[in-house]
Amino acid sequence: MSQEKLVEVKNLKQHFKLGRNNVVKAVDGLTFDIYKGETFGLVGESGCGKSTTGRSIIRLYNSTDGEVLFKGDNVQGKKNKSELKKFNRQMQMIFQDPYSSLNPRMTVMDIIAEGIDIHGLAKNAEERKAKVYELLETVGLNKEHASRYPHEFSGGQRQRLGIARALAVDPEFIIADEPISALDVSIQAQVVNLMKKLQKEKGLTYLFIAHDLSMVKYISDRIGVMYFGKLVELADAEELYKNPIHPYTRSLLSAIPLPDPIYERNRKRIVYDPSQHDTSEEPEFREISPKHWVLCTTKEFEAYKKEQQNTVTN
Amino acid sequence: MDRLLEVNDLHVSFNTYSGEVQAVRGVNFHLNKGETLAIVGESGSGKSVTTKALMGLLPKPHGFIKQGSITFDNTDISKMKDKDLQKIRGKEIAMIFQDPMTSLNPTLKVGTQIMEGLIKHQGMGKADARNKAIELMNLVQIPNPEARMKQYPHQFSGGMRQRVVIAMALACNPRVLIADEPTTALDVTIQAQILDLMKDIQKKVNTSIIFITHDLGVVANIADRVAVMYAGKIVETGTVDEVFYNPKHPYTWGLLGSMPTLESDEEELFAIPGTPPDLIAPPKGDAFAARNRFALEIDFVEEPPMFKVSDTHYAATWLLHEDAPKIEPPASVKRRIESMDHSEEATRS
Repeated sequence: MSQEKLVEVKNLKQHFKLGRNNVVKAVDGLTFDIYKGETFGLVGESGCGKSTTGRSIIRLYNSTDGEVLFKGDNVQGKKNKSELKKFNRQMQMIFQDPYSSLNPRMTVMDIIAEGIDIHGLAKNAEERKAKVYELLETVGLNKEHASRYPHEFSGGQRQRLGIARALAVDPEFIIADEPISALDVSIQAQVVNLMKKLQKEKGLTYLFIAHDLSMVKYISDRIGVMYFGKLVELADAEELYKNPIHPYTRSLLSAIPLPDPIYERNRKRIVYDPSQHDTSEEPEFREISPKHWVLCTTKEFEAYKKEQQNTVTN
Repeated sequence: MDRLLEVNDLHVSFNTYSGEVQAVRGVNFHLNKGETLAIVGESGSGKSVTTKALMGLLPKPHGFIKQGSITFDNTDISKMKDKDLQKIRGKEIAMIFQDPMTSLNPTLKVGTQIMEGLIKHQGMGKADARNKAIELMNLVQIPNPEARMKQYPHQFSGGMRQRVVIAMALACNPRVLIADEPTTALDVTIQAQILDLMKDIQKKVNTSIIFITHDLGVVANIADRVAVMYAGKIVETGTVDEVFYNPKHPYTWGLLGSMPTLESDEEELFAIPGTPPDLIAPPKGDAFAARNRFALEIDFVEEPPMFKVSDTHYAATWLLHEDAPKIEPPASVKRRIESMDHSEEATRS
């Protein structure tokens, strides 16, 4: 994995106004980088702002504050048509619900070729067809499927169509917003295997948003944990699971049910109590050990650090 | 052991425009007093339909019990008239649905909804029902029940709503509680709370639970026994330990293998190829054969019977036949089981 930054999110804020005196701070000051070729996992409970983050990065929302840089260029802000076109080709999204994200009145051929048409990537009808067939094969479907409509496919197959559509314009960066949550267990594994394979072949970079922590751990290189619009912890996937520091991360990890009856019988659930933090000081995002960041106050920082040293020496 | 509920050779079908969908094709299981039986399977495997049949909630007239019996307390409830069934439904057998928002009436106060069953089935007066409702809300750990009773479902969070639904289900001290994916719509931390709550309540009131889910982690947490369903049939059944530590059916292997472990660094997940069969025309032989990389020739011709592994553990796969080649579970599944054995030693020491 290179250390070249593909996406830089700087102090991103996305607030939604609900009436006069009511503002929902869905995303509140998020800062992180996504390196080229990696999979960055974003986890958290529903309502923590993880999907909003993904949507702000791809410009589906105009952010309230902060900026998102893609290869050094600001994603947000005014853009003319050709700039927008150029940007849209580089970044694509796979949505959660494979039932509502495909137009039921378009054939698979037209759904997948939509991006190809907009960006003029095919010189003639022949080439367009060939490209769609190739994409279908890439995602494990075949060319007979091109003339069908979305309702003729199962959930897992539809999600493959969603992936094929995202790949059609040769993007570098794909945001996958809960791409497997709506699928059955056995089908989830198929889609995840496919995404991993494509990443290897095409050098894609993923932002993988999900609430299923074991799957996120499996697919991601680094993971960010979100709680109420803020990142509370960020670390390499392995490190985060072996050595979670923030109490919220710990409670989240302790809540994952594992298919292991004896472990489950002895499981100790950790309950997160937000009031345990010292509120007199605004917490900051600090680096506890190399590449492991935690949201904490100065006092907590010292305590966490001490704890860290103890675990290392033991 | 006391058998509270027994299902024998249950067949459920639906008439549709394209033909008869055989959603459940001969299911046998029983439920003992005070235990939790988990039914696992993918969507379309017939797990929800089985429990709907138990409750007499199949959509009429196109959904119907084609064959088989459901014995509850020595009476066959599958052939009961609707009127008689109403006395059992909600009182003796209660149900918790997946989505708490759609199973609560948005126009009625939560308290009214909990009291409804008490007034209908127990013949309680309003004041008594109110007190009992508060007691129930305390049981499911809803803080401040007197005030919360007067609120509407939209004023509750997802986890709290599910607690209300559980309180409603428990209102008449049912002997059987059927929970159809009660935690699927909830976050992991809330899910853990609800599971703990259900176990806690089960200890207090000693109901039997049928728990339907597709999440094997949840099964390991809550179940005493497991039935794995595929294409309208139970393919493997046993105690949780037997099914998780000594799985015999290739479909169970596939389910276990397709979940990543937190320790694993494997390049590829053990995915089950293909998709479940069309139940309008179920395949000949073993329904799983087409997706099974260990399928034998006989799998495509004849359906495997339930082979006995132990007194409580059965699996429907020809691999267990004495003439079948000895096939080991795939490496990833074996590694997973081995890694779990370590945890066993750790907890013992």
